[in-house]
Amino acid sequence: MQIASTYMPAPTTQIVNVRVLLFASYADRLGLDSLRVALPALATVGDALDHVRALPGGDQIPPKPLCAVNLAHADLDTRLTEGDELALLPPLAGG
Amino acid sequence: MTYLSQSALDLAALIARVQSPARGGIATFLGQVRDHHGGRAVQRLEYSAYGPMAEEECARIAAEAEARWPVRVALGHRIGRLEIGDAAVVIVAAGAHRDEAFAACRFVIEEVKRRVPVWKKEFYADGSSVWVDPTRSAGETRDEALRP
Repeated sequence: MQIASTYMPAPTTQIVNVRVLLFASYADRLGLDSLRVALPALATVGDALDHVRALPGGDQIPPKPLCAVNLAHADLDTRLTEGDELALLPPLAGG
Repeated sequence: MTYLSQSALDLAALIARVQSPARGGIATFLGQVRDHHGGRAVQRLEYSAYGPMAEEECARIAAEAEARWPVRVALGHRIGRLEIGDAAVVIVAAGAHRDEAFAACRFVIEEVKRRVPVWKKEFYADGSSVWVDPTRSAGETRDEALRP
């Protein structure tokens, strides 16, 4: 059935909306503590990070910061899904 | 269980939470605010946190310690403005004997420093202030890269 192929979804048109949280020195450097980022489907933490690092002051965030998705530590290649909360964490200094 | 506190940490209350007649060994760790860092005189601190994640991470660390050793663990981390000598963190590990209590207490403080999203701003005598970066500070070892 050739017709079936015309019903293939087009994933590149889907958008993933993510809330990004900034803290401490990162929040100071960008002058904000949260923002919303719209990313293409299948985007990763690294993709969102690229977006944030392109903002004014964003170059102060290192290329591989600590990151968390939905309250758990995550890697740069962690896949993001709609509604995720991504936190960019400056070097931890608790204790 | 709430692990972050805006008010003074209560060591006795944390011990009371985990002690029992069967637990004869109780190890505690108190982290207090130092009056110096990197050769500079510190006047006070402010701790801030990613609160919801810090709570979850503290719970995970306590659960990991209790799974690894036969202990009960209690801990608290202070947030907000702290003066010199204030307790910033308190760890209590209670077991039948000292070996597991010391081991669990050491594990918990190391994991708190490595994993819990808390940040420290130091205020100096000259009026300046700095977010402390333990990966850069002189005299402190660089933390290992964190992996989930």
